[in-house]
Amino acid sequence: MRTVAALIVTVLLLWQGIIWLAGMPPFLLPSPLRVLDALWLNRAEIARHAGFTLTEVVLGFALGSALGAALAVAMGFSQKLTGVLRPILTFSQTIPVFALAPILTLWLGFGMAPKIAMTVLIVFFPVASAFLDGLMRTPQAALDLAQVMGASRIRIMRHLRIPAALPSLATGLRLAAVYAPIGAVIGEWVGGARGLGALMIHANGRMKTDLVFAALLVLSVMTVIFARAVAIALHRLLRRYGV
Amino acid sequence: MTAAAASVRGRAWVGDAPLFAPVDLVLHPGGWTCLLGPSGVGKSTILRLIAGMETGARFEGEVTRNRPVALMAQDSGLIPWLDVTGNVTLGARLRGTLRASASSQHADGQPGQEADPTARAVALIEAVGLTDRAHHLPANLSGGQRQRVALARTLFEDRPLVLLDEPFSALDARTRAQMQDLAARLLDTRTVLLVTHDPAEAARLGDRILLLRETGLTDWPIASPRPKAAARPYDAPEVLSLQADLMRGMMA
Repeated sequence: MRTVAALIVTVLLLWQGIIWLAGMPPFLLPSPLRVLDALWLNRAEIARHAGFTLTEVVLGFALGSALGAALAVAMGFSQKLTGVLRPILTFSQTIPVFALAPILTLWLGFGMAPKIAMTVLIVFFPVASAFLDGLMRTPQAALDLAQVMGASRIRIMRHLRIPAALPSLATGLRLAAVYAPIGAVIGEWVGGARGLGALMIHANGRMKTDLVFAALLVLSVMTVIFARAVAIALHRLLRRYGV
Repeated sequence: MTAAAASVRGRAWVGDAPLFAPVDLVLHPGGWTCLLGPSGVGKSTILRLIAGMETGARFEGEVTRNRPVALMAQDSGLIPWLDVTGNVTLGARLRGTLRASASSQHADGQPGQEADPTARAVALIEAVGLTDRAHHLPANLSGGQRQRVALARTLFEDRPLVLLDEPFSALDARTRAQMQDLAARLLDTRTVLLVTHDPAEAARLGDRILLLRETGLTDWPIASPRPKAAARPYDAPEVLSLQADLMRGMMA
């Protein structure tokens, strides 16, 4: 923690030093103090936009995780389905989400829906991928036993494969929690007037670079807190389950 | 003679390489049959064929089995997030016959076709001497204790035919001898197929010993009958001499 604090202070000093030495105008690179100033002056507006973004992130993360987990379980059941879906999923990840954002806005309008859809698109893949990986790696000894014991595929999934794959699912969720805000912000960039992404685009257009940085700072802190909260919740859940 | 409890007739390959020469194994009901042989001759494959499991080998021939089986292997296969009781009742959980009254938190709540599984589990855990550890997780048990849990879980299945795939080979010599005694006592009324690479184990436990080598299967003669519900003493001269005999057979 001390090292992190020292690192942050060093970066801030460097930042301020560059501005002094190069004589950068504030619309190109505002000083750290100017950013804090902009943050304080616009706190109400930033908070309102952050609220929208956070709502999109939480909803998108929940929906995307549920979708990803459900897809992984379905694929875990059927090798055939996995064979068909895996290339499609990989292909879907080659499409830059930036390119999809305008289309989603066209289809879903300027409200929250396209932003949530973007977040879902970003979240579901790491979740599905990590969870499926875990589902395919149940210890063979346990599967042998289950087969000899006469367990159905559904019960093997529910009582052996899913619990054994929970740590893998947690890995996917932790990763997804970090990426989720990216989806929401890209959605906000493209359309609509609400959310930190929209605020940044508008501030950028008006050369209010200090406000862009302030919004970015809030977004980063929000993401770190969200990812941390997800990680802590998962840690507790896994410990309670004993896996 | 009564009908065979199980039989394997045929041969197997791994890829293009033959795994074992044609075998004709008939498992008679009752008592312990030891399938002895070095690693890699296909002992476990035969056991897995009888159990109806994936073998990874190509088998040509016929497998019969006329009664349900229970399985215990070298890897105890204990579920790390279930305590000892939960692991013993795993079969009921997986068949959905564990009653809601059971201690477990993810019980299924279907009324049991199996008579009070929890009470049976308690009795079996006592029989294997783990009553004071009934609520421990596998991570907190020693290797020997884990195999005791696996034995209790096997008994919980209450199947007439029990397949043991080198269940004691990862244990130290003293623990192994204790487990052999315990298994001989608790599995007395069942038909047991024990796959092992240890001639001493076969000499202690076999009512019938089948030696599997690359050349095929040999029914090894045994002079002294096994005492009822017990393993032969590990230090009796006739057991040691049988062990030496088997070792010579394996080396031949």
